[in-house]
Amino acid sequence: MNFAALWLSLRLAAWVSAILLLIGLPLAYWITYSRWRWKFLVESVVALPLVLPPTVLGFYVLVALGPRSPLGRVWQSAFGHGFAFTFTGLVVASVLYSLPFAVQPLAASFSRVDRKLLDASALLGASRPRSFFRVILPLSMPGLVTALVLSFAHTLGEFGVVLMVGGNIPGVTRTISIAIYDDVQALAYTDAGWTALVLLVVSFVVLSFVYAINRRVWTLWPAK
Amino acid sequence: MNSPALSAHIRKEFAAAGPQRFALDVSLEVPAGITILFGASGAGKTTLLDCLAGLARPEEGRIAVGDELLFDAETEIDLSPQRRRVAYVFQMLALFPHLTVEQNAGYGLASFPSAERRARVLEILKSFRIAHLRRRKPDEISGGERQRTALARSLVTSPRLLLLDEPFSALDAVTKSSLIADLRAWNAERRIPILYVTHSREEVFALGEHVIALENGRILAQGTPQEVLDAPHRERMAQLAGFENIFDARILELHEGHGTMLARIDGGEAALEIPLGDAMPGEQIRIAIRAGDILLANEAPHGLSARNILPGTIAALEPRGTLVEATVDCGARFLAHVTPGACQSLGLAPGQRAWLIVKTHSCHLV
Repeated sequence: MNFAALWLSLRLAAWVSAILLLIGLPLAYWITYSRWRWKFLVESVVALPLVLPPTVLGFYVLVALGPRSPLGRVWQSAFGHGFAFTFTGLVVASVLYSLPFAVQPLAASFSRVDRKLLDASALLGASRPRSFFRVILPLSMPGLVTALVLSFAHTLGEFGVVLMVGGNIPGVTRTISIAIYDDVQALAYTDAGWTALVLLVVSFVVLSFVYAINRRVWTLWPAK
Repeated sequence: MNSPALSAHIRKEFAAAGPQRFALDVSLEVPAGITILFGASGAGKTTLLDCLAGLARPEEGRIAVGDELLFDAETEIDLSPQRRRVAYVFQMLALFPHLTVEQNAGYGLASFPSAERRARVLEILKSFRIAHLRRRKPDEISGGERQRTALARSLVTSPRLLLLDEPFSALDAVTKSSLIADLRAWNAERRIPILYVTHSREEVFALGEHVIALENGRILAQGTPQEVLDAPHRERMAQLAGFENIFDARILELHEGHGTMLARIDGGEAALEIPLGDAMPGEQIRIAIRAGDILLANEAPHGLSARNILPGTIAALEPRGTLVEATVDCGARFLAHVTPGACQSLGLAPGQRAWLIVKTHSCHLV
């Protein structure tokens, strides 16, 4: 059982969920209410990580933020070190990778808020931000919890992106799924088994929690 | 008291369900007090309200309450819904389900200090008799109480105009009339224009001091209920409203034992026995009767259960397709529909004596 890797994964997942919430709320709001005709392009980009192999995503992140790209050079001069193989690098890549898992449940629950309630709110003098915080957000709590939990769980279980961007530095970028891979490579099946079991249990508990509070918000299964 | 009236001219294309598309094209004046906006579904009533509230934007037109301009296509003035101070109670009410009655009512008072907000909310909840429900959520109160909450929420903001989109259509008659009495009481001091949308025929003449009839996006007639019925579109109006005969009357006496009351039609001696309603002797009421519910006889009938037999003179007979519309003068002018066959076999002719037979329950108190 590799506690350093588990701790790293939990830290990474917590950071990613928190950042995704901050990015996801405005993005989901925009996707729900914008009438821009090319909106579907943005929706597609957000959904890309669902279908793209994690190695592809990781590859592009590596290239885009690598020392030879303009972005990477800005990063280098700002932080004094490269982007790849750092914890921050992992966070950035994971945020991109889990983006749809935060944005989709949020957008789904925003769009379920009756538009008449927003009209009523506007007619009672409320600005858009006030309508958002007083009406949309409180009525989207199940979606918000789903978004948080799914991005947390998804980050916890990722492998390909981490491997591409983070490498395998113990305590810095060796996450729990990489540790399992390492154990298997080293034929340490008992260690791998325990770690895998922990991951399985955590994931199961998290998903049960989400489906118990609300199965309509975002689910692979048909609505009851 | 000179209260600001709503004056609007609006032109807007709207996408109606179905193949016909038509434009809303209306000019209307809504004075202080309740004005009924009446029309079949799809006539453009909700589109008109949305334009007034700022939820929809007319292509052309001008909307003003008193001197305050809300919208003017020419000068490109278009106040946002937030700044119009127009209260709008939707058919589905749109109460905030996660907030209590009190929080719903206080929603529009965000800019007030909390002590004053609480005082104002309590006052309006009291005047709509829902103060005892203030800690409940919308799904924990009855339909009538929800309507009261929605009204309170809109009115507490001191709007300059109130729009009601069939908000009471689901209520029973007693709940509805007590709610409307409370609304009238609230408006007695404030005197704002209230536009009350309905497609219910019974409500048209019951509530309004003023009626606007809308059909296919155009105003068919507007004025007092009497003026609207006397308008050139009388026939169409009556058809829409379902009543060809509308009479102002005064109650003479109540016959509680019989479940009826006697009322004399204004401007004549004709009296009708009508179903006992919530009224007192001497009170002014309005009675509506469908022309098809009136029987005609060419001699005084005997042995009928109908309580109202009125002697009169046939003033006119007008064939209208499958029926003949008889105008009979009994001190008041009644319209009665008979079949052409009945007209012939009774030998009806203008100038002749005739007796009108009206069942008590054909007389609707509106």
